[in-house]
Amino acid sequence: MAQSRSYAKPVPEPSPETRFFWEKCRQHELWLPYCPRCQRFFWYPRDFCPRCFAWDVEWRRASGRGRVYTFAIHYRAFHPAWEAEVPYVTAIVELEEGVRLYTALVEVEPEPGKVRCDMPVEVVFEDVDERTSLPKFRPLPEDAHA
Amino acid sequence: MPEAMHEERIHPLEKLDIREKRELLRKVAIVGVDESDEIGIVPHKSALQMHAEAARNALADAGIDKSEVDALLTCSAGVMSTVQLAEYLGIIPTYTDTTMTGGSSFAIQLEHAALAIAAGVCKVAVITHGQRGHSDRGRGRPAFDPWAPAAQFEAPYYMGGAAGQYALACMRHMHEYGTTHEQLAEIAVATRKWAMLNPKAMMREPLTIEDVLSSRWVVYPFHLYDCCLVTDAGGAVVLTSAERARDCRKPPVWVLGAATSHTHLTLTGMPDLTQTPARYSGPRAMAMAGIRHEDIDVVEVYDSFTYTVLVTLEELGFCGKGEGGPFVSGQRTAPGGDFPLNTNGGGLSYTHPGMYGIFPIIEAVRQLRGECGQRQVPGAKLALVNATGGTLSATGTLVLGAD
Repeated sequence: MAQSRSYAKPVPEPSPETRFFWEKCRQHELWLPYCPRCQRFFWYPRDFCPRCFAWDVEWRRASGRGRVYTFAIHYRAFHPAWEAEVPYVTAIVELEEGVRLYTALVEVEPEPGKVRCDMPVEVVFEDVDERTSLPKFRPLPEDAHA
Repeated sequence: MPEAMHEERIHPLEKLDIREKRELLRKVAIVGVDESDEIGIVPHKSALQMHAEAARNALADAGIDKSEVDALLTCSAGVMSTVQLAEYLGIIPTYTDTTMTGGSSFAIQLEHAALAIAAGVCKVAVITHGQRGHSDRGRGRPAFDPWAPAAQFEAPYYMGGAAGQYALACMRHMHEYGTTHEQLAEIAVATRKWAMLNPKAMMREPLTIEDVLSSRWVVYPFHLYDCCLVTDAGGAVVLTSAERARDCRKPPVWVLGAATSHTHLTLTGMPDLTQTPARYSGPRAMAMAGIRHEDIDVVEVYDSFTYTVLVTLEELGFCGKGEGGPFVSGQRTAPGGDFPLNTNGGGLSYTHPGMYGIFPIIEAVRQLRGECGQRQVPGAKLALVNATGGTLSATGTLVLGAD
């Protein structure tokens, strides 16, 4: 999914707390912050657990599978970089690890009825420039979570 | 996980002594409200001009001179909003508050102003707003910290207005509770009927459910008429002590309950997409006022989208969770219905310059004073206002009453 240099959408600028996440994305791996005390994943990356405020949190690799928690089909681009793409689909995906990522869906028909809440999806990485890969999600067969 | 985290955050707030706060609020009255001279499409006025006009008009409504104003509250006049506005208006305040919670800012500022007056910190507080939501389109966005969570985890996928964010929340509500496009359209149509009775409303042509359902998709699940207007407008509210209020031009409107909550900024951090913080600010404000839902005569709820209204009515407890759709059906919230709602025509049909939260306060005060002409709710004595800011992020709930 390599992109040309003319990629015009905002590219994430990794911060000290998120650099590891974005580096792993570049390797096409999805890693999430995890709190050993709560035994839970959390999102987004922080140096501490926003639930128990423990600071000894760690990174764990995620399965990359989840379900569409919700979605929206955009018929109008509010930013010029998306103009060529409408209609396109944004979504919040609930991962098997229990956290929800704001993302976009690919390889779907952007039509009401064709995209559904709870449809199973898996991560796919889009290389947008030399150092950045964005996690997006594409549909999985319905029985993928059996 | 998010829900559990959320409970832990909210419990300390629930321990507030609402009786003590109720006694404080009784020492304060709203005595002046008004819009700027023009609202709608006003390219020939700056935002500051609209602040100033609204302040002058609301002070005239109260019968209070500018020289008495010792507290300024606003968030829409730049980074140091009250500092800018005080300089512009020629006021040296003793109390200043630039609380910025998006569209709910002004309702939350009203709570702060009331408590400051009750505590004797200031005597006359003016809350103002002025915004060129329509005429400033394309004039550029404020700088954004590239390390902010939203910049890293949302902007790469979506850059745009609130519609794309609220659509995600609405879609989940439709999925979980079976809320329909027709039910959302009921709100747009009922609100338009109120606007047709308000000479200041921008959209006054009749609108039908069929019109809403056949309008284009802006962002699914929102049709065009599910979305608020984008206008230019200013508004202001004046508060003072109960004592000073006796000498004002109009009868006082009392602040019976006032409460604030926020649960997240980004959708990424939103604990539950089908909820809003009105579930916390609403019950606290009503408990403070000592009222039940059935006591309320008129409800003014921030309507950035039809969905905002539907979910807020649920969160405030006017109906059960997930029952917002059936609740608004049958034009129940329209003129003549048994649940008068957004009687000015709302952000959907009256005005919405970007942050709307001062306008439902203005309308509630006018209803309680009996000033609303054709759209007057007969004998309205008790009003509830709920303003929402951000992406269903921050709410201020007010219970206002007339003698």
